[in-house]
Amino acid sequence: MSDITSSAFIREDLVAERPAPVKTTGFIGLVRTRLFNSPTNILLTIAGALLLWFTIVPSVKFLVVDAVWSGNDRTSCLAETAGFAVGACWPYIQAKLPQLIYGFYPEAERWRVNLTLVLAVVLLLPLLIPRLPAKGFNAGLFFFAFPMVAFFLLHGGGLGGFGLSWTAGLLQLFDDSIIGAGQAVLSLSKSSSIGPLLWVVGNLILLVGTAIYWLIYPLTWLRDQLQGTGQSVWTDFAITAVVVTLIAFFLGGGVRAGWRALASSIAAFVAVAIIIKLMGLDHGGLPIVQTNLWGGLLVTLVVSVTGIVTSLPIGIVLALGRRSTIPLIRIFSIAFIEFWRGVPLITVLFFATYMLPLFLPGNFTVDGLVRALIGISLFTGAYQAENVRGGLAAIPRGQGEAAAALGLSWWKMTSLIVLPQALRHVIPNLVNSFISLFKDTSLVSIVALFDLLGSLRASFSDPKWSTPSTAFTGFAFAGIIYFIFCFGMSRYSLFVEHRLNAHRRN
Amino acid sequence: MSTEARKPPAQIALKIRRVLGGKTGWNGIAVQFAFAAILGWIAYEIVSNARTNLENQHIAAGFGFLRNNAGFDVNQTLISYTGSDTFLRVFMVGLLNTLIVSVVGIVFATTIGFIVALCRLSPNWLLSRIGELYVEIIRNLPLLFQILFWYLAVLAALPNPRQSISLLGIFFVSNRGLVVPSPIAESGFEAFLAVLALGIVASLALRFYARRALFQRGHLIRIWPYVLGLLFWLPLLTMLVFGPPFSFELPQLKGFNFAGGSRIIPEFVALALALSTYTAAFIAEIVRAGILSVHSGQMEAGASLGLSRGTTLRLIVVPQAMRVIVPPLTNQYLNLTKNSSLAVAIGYPDLVSVFAGTSLSQTGQAIEIIAMTMGVYLLISLITSAVMSIYGWRISRSLGA
Repeated sequence: MSDITSSAFIREDLVAERPAPVKTTGFIGLVRTRLFNSPTNILLTIAGALLLWFTIVPSVKFLVVDAVWSGNDRTSCLAETAGFAVGACWPYIQAKLPQLIYGFYPEAERWRVNLTLVLAVVLLLPLLIPRLPAKGFNAGLFFFAFPMVAFFLLHGGGLGGFGLSWTAGLLQLFDDSIIGAGQAVLSLSKSSSIGPLLWVVGNLILLVGTAIYWLIYPLTWLRDQLQGTGQSVWTDFAITAVVVTLIAFFLGGGVRAGWRALASSIAAFVAVAIIIKLMGLDHGGLPIVQTNLWGGLLVTLVVSVTGIVTSLPIGIVLALGRRSTIPLIRIFSIAFIEFWRGVPLITVLFFATYMLPLFLPGNFTVDGLVRALIGISLFTGAYQAENVRGGLAAIPRGQGEAAAALGLSWWKMTSLIVLPQALRHVIPNLVNSFISLFKDTSLVSIVALFDLLGSLRASFSDPKWSTPSTAFTGFAFAGIIYFIFCFGMSRYSLFVEHRLNAHRRN
Repeated sequence: MSTEARKPPAQIALKIRRVLGGKTGWNGIAVQFAFAAILGWIAYEIVSNARTNLENQHIAAGFGFLRNNAGFDVNQTLISYTGSDTFLRVFMVGLLNTLIVSVVGIVFATTIGFIVALCRLSPNWLLSRIGELYVEIIRNLPLLFQILFWYLAVLAALPNPRQSISLLGIFFVSNRGLVVPSPIAESGFEAFLAVLALGIVASLALRFYARRALFQRGHLIRIWPYVLGLLFWLPLLTMLVFGPPFSFELPQLKGFNFAGGSRIIPEFVALALALSTYTAAFIAEIVRAGILSVHSGQMEAGASLGLSRGTTLRLIVVPQAMRVIVPPLTNQYLNLTKNSSLAVAIGYPDLVSVFAGTSLSQTGQAIEIIAMTMGVYLLISLITSAVMSIYGWRISRSLGA
């Protein structure tokens, strides 16, 4: 026992302090662990620093240090006048700013553009902040009411009629086309080998056309009567309001449950009436500004917002069609989607500009901007369809089956159970599509529309501002604008993605 | 009393219902007929309107115009072309120009994309930030903006041919484009080409044999010295025996422009540059996501087996990452090819520019020309997606799923 005690070791003084471990946090730690921890890394760091030195420093020098900030024409941006190698020529941007934002929109009417932009921001911001309530109402305002108001604000003009006149006109157009087709078949029957058959078919079509003509006759008669009176818009509006409200009331459940539908319909029509009165749409509205005067950022925003608003419904319909169990609809949707996704946007714009006018009746001219909008909507719609389809595929089958077990119809199942969940899944993808749509709007400058990039390019040819640095300055300005929009959207998409995946984070 | 099973009732109606209406039955059939009627009506409207409009504009429909003389010049042609050639020839010229800029763009985009992806994955903090900066800036600016930036700002700011920047005295950069030495075939050209082809075929056969030996018998055969010999030393030997395969014609400044050498037009340079840097940003993200998708345990397992870092990457990580990378990568290649149509903005003579642009405005045959142009792109993307679905099928088979 004693040798154990003698061999026992009891320390009588403190252990000397060891040196602190190498710091691995903070700036010093970062430098040590991620920049200069090995010979290869040191070399790479130096190479990277050199790269930055030769790109960032000249850029900052060009944009800020060597830039010219004031002047009236090109002479102030020349090296001879300034006395140093001139960088960015900012007075050029100041002079061209109205053109880059409004295009040739008349100066006296520019408040309309500003008002539209303010409206858009006021409606869009609450939609983007997840915490704020009434998303459905807000989305309705932004996706339905805002485009209408924006059209009358930006383009101007008033209403010639309302729901009744439009329905009558549309039905009449449809009927005329049917009768035209019948007459074409009849004229073919004279020179064809299956003449008698064609004769029968042609007469059948004519019969259907005539039947429809008499069916819609009360409507067209009423419209013609209304056009005679002085207050055609308001009478028409009142009739439409009453009819639509009654339909909503009875479809909503009649006396038993239709009161809510009745109230919202009345509220909607009152709102429309206020807008019509405020903007004076019943007697001509605001002065018309033709779209060939629009330009700059205005066109970029109009094209992208219209694309966003129209492509989503197209995409949803196509995605549902692609999953449909009805063969013809499925095949059509697949072919439609694959066609638009398979061709470049620029050929779509060429198609919309040169081919579409040939497909429309001769007396029916479509505005150049509208043509481009149609092309872009169809193109983006096909891409959105694939996004929505991804969301639909992510919904478990059980959701639809449970809805069917509860006795919901296909429409109710889709609109109440499947679509809301599917769309929420794919918000980040939808926003990413919107980013590429926003970037793609620059292509309209190729088909003679002056968006931001088109106006910029046009401004380069102004001899008053032609200096060696004009092009670089213009591109720097436009690049900053594009970058702010796209970067903002991509950050928002990341934010939504993060929020949606909150349950999956650990 | 019969004991045999009752015959099932005739199901002809049911079968018709299934064929015509899918799972939805008679309802579905009714919807289909209504839908077909609407489609037919729209098609009829389009055809009849188009016919009247064409008659009013005195344009003869049909593809006969393809045999007419084009009568305009194209500033970059891969096949011989003069103004007196037909529109069909213009179509071919444009198609080849589209393909060449796409191929060049794809090669550079892949290279830059992989480099940027490696930068972003690098443990070096500064390098990964630079990679991120590149991707964010490039992805958030429109492609057309970048094309115009290179063409109107950067390339236009270059000096004129007389003051052109010379690289090693053989390449000359000016605002008229890039002038490079042009190769001219010499006497040894055929022999060189034949030997090179032989070397490639032999190397492929060798590789095939070595893989079979490895997988079936477990023999590891080191083939790279033989491949090096076949692909490098053998052609070199041929060159010594038969003389050099080609010589270079050096460009020389004469008067205001260059004589000799071949000129790469600035439109091509701007387009290829913008396409490759733009697509590279997307490729970098795809490659990064692919490599990150391989579980880190795979790397550790490779290390615990005693494989070196390089071998683990080559044999374990990259093959698995490739499965994730290849489909979206192909998609990006397709996008690049479609985006090359933006050439029309700067006047590079691609398919859209010379055919859907110049030829369309000269002949007015909008329907035929745009249909042909769209058809070409559609064909390219359909072929690509067919190849990709075969690839996907093979992958899923190899995974045993």
